[in-house]
Amino acid sequence: MELLDRALDEALQRAGAGREALRYVATTGFGRSNYPERDLQLTDVTAAAHGAAHLFPQTRCVVDIGAQSSRAMKIEPGGRVREFKSNDKCAAGAGGFVERAARYLETTLEAVGDLSLHGEAPVTISSVCAVLAESEIINHVSQGESTENILRGVHNSLAERAVLLLKRVGIEPEVTLVGGMGRQAGMVRALEELLGLRINVAPEPEMANALGAALLAKRRLEKAAA
Amino acid sequence: MKYFAGVDVGSTQAKCIIVDEQRTISARALVETGANVARAADRCFAAALEAGGIARESIACAVGTGYGRFKVSFGDLQITEITCHAKGASLLFPQTRTVIDMGGQDAKAISVRDGEVVDFVMNDKCAAGTGRFLSTAAETLGLGLEEIGEISLRARNPVRLSTVCTVFVESDIMAYVAQGKKIEDILGGIHSAIAARTIALVRRVGLEPQFTFTGGVSLNVGMVKMMEEKLGQPLNVSADSHYMGAIGAALFASEHALVPAGN
Repeated sequence: MELLDRALDEALQRAGAGREALRYVATTGFGRSNYPERDLQLTDVTAAAHGAAHLFPQTRCVVDIGAQSSRAMKIEPGGRVREFKSNDKCAAGAGGFVERAARYLETTLEAVGDLSLHGEAPVTISSVCAVLAESEIINHVSQGESTENILRGVHNSLAERAVLLLKRVGIEPEVTLVGGMGRQAGMVRALEELLGLRINVAPEPEMANALGAALLAKRRLEKAAA
Repeated sequence: MKYFAGVDVGSTQAKCIIVDEQRTISARALVETGANVARAADRCFAAALEAGGIARESIACAVGTGYGRFKVSFGDLQITEITCHAKGASLLFPQTRTVIDMGGQDAKAISVRDGEVVDFVMNDKCAAGTGRFLSTAAETLGLGLEEIGEISLRARNPVRLSTVCTVFVESDIMAYVAQGKKIEDILGGIHSAIAARTIALVRRVGLEPQFTFTGGVSLNVGMVKMMEEKLGQPLNVSADSHYMGAIGAALFASEHALVPAGN
């Protein structure tokens, strides 16, 4: 809650507005019910869909890869969710794995995306489970594989998980990537290669869900006023 | 005297068993596998020779098993750990029909007849039900892997885990700690969830007694108890259950060496 307040204040400060200017607050994400002053509470799926549809109006499929989840949605023009598949029960396919891999490879999360682009011969990571995949990484390191090839293998394995989810909702362009993993160029390339498609990447991908929530808050308020 | 060695190089630990011509265990050794799999195999073989006071030359045959079996440079043969666990279990518990093997990074259920594998299933897609899951849980609680089983036995109101994902369970555990739940109740919930999951795996090969529990997790008394409760059946567990793959491999080594050449 403290964190929520801090984020809210910082955003208001950047907008040059005070709390009194806030007309409607929508929350989303893992901690969405922890903010007592919310007017509206949205699932990650709804928020991501609306954020993506706003940023790229031709979006028909959304992939959301965050630290602890990976999801795929099929949406209508305007952002209504037609179908979604998510993996919330287990860490397979979620981005947190990259963070731990980065730590093990003694590099930073920021550097991972570009390092992966330089992997000429990506390793194969056969484990679906994030924990078992970590052991595979350790094996690759001990066999002398380069950091670049390992990280490209990591991105490929996450892309495979995401594309499996996408296939279950039905792949239809345009595909938009949201969530923190959108920051990593190697992740974007891995998805594009596997899909055989160019994809849209939200400019501040980790903000896309918050953007979607803000847009829905605005719409709700306007509806109430009409 | 001739001896025969079985070396089971697992993902987490390497085990070596040396048997004599009467198939009696003469020596055993266990080392952490670490990053260098080939060296782990050598180290644990050397440690077993030393423990038994056995000269390397008197080893007539050595068999490698486990995930690192092809890194056993001194091995005469490689045999899968599934075949070896079935073999080892049938030496120690001849009435074994089902082997439940919970190792460092995988869990398996093996249906056995007279020491031979009839069917098996393994959980290699997820770390739940492996030593890795339990060590993560222990670490999150600031406990040693060897003490959590005992503590879980004291659970009165075991918690319900929302996930058996090794990654997510950390935050689940921390949330329970923050709520003031007792450590034994948290551990009770963990053991219960993992036992239920493992039994679901075993059900896929058929729940046929006797059950023999092998692999490192068999050292965990809490898991043994919980599985027995849920199965409604006793589990065969020996102090050597952890070494079952290596025992099986050593038995194969003795059979291989004692069969006349050309047969």
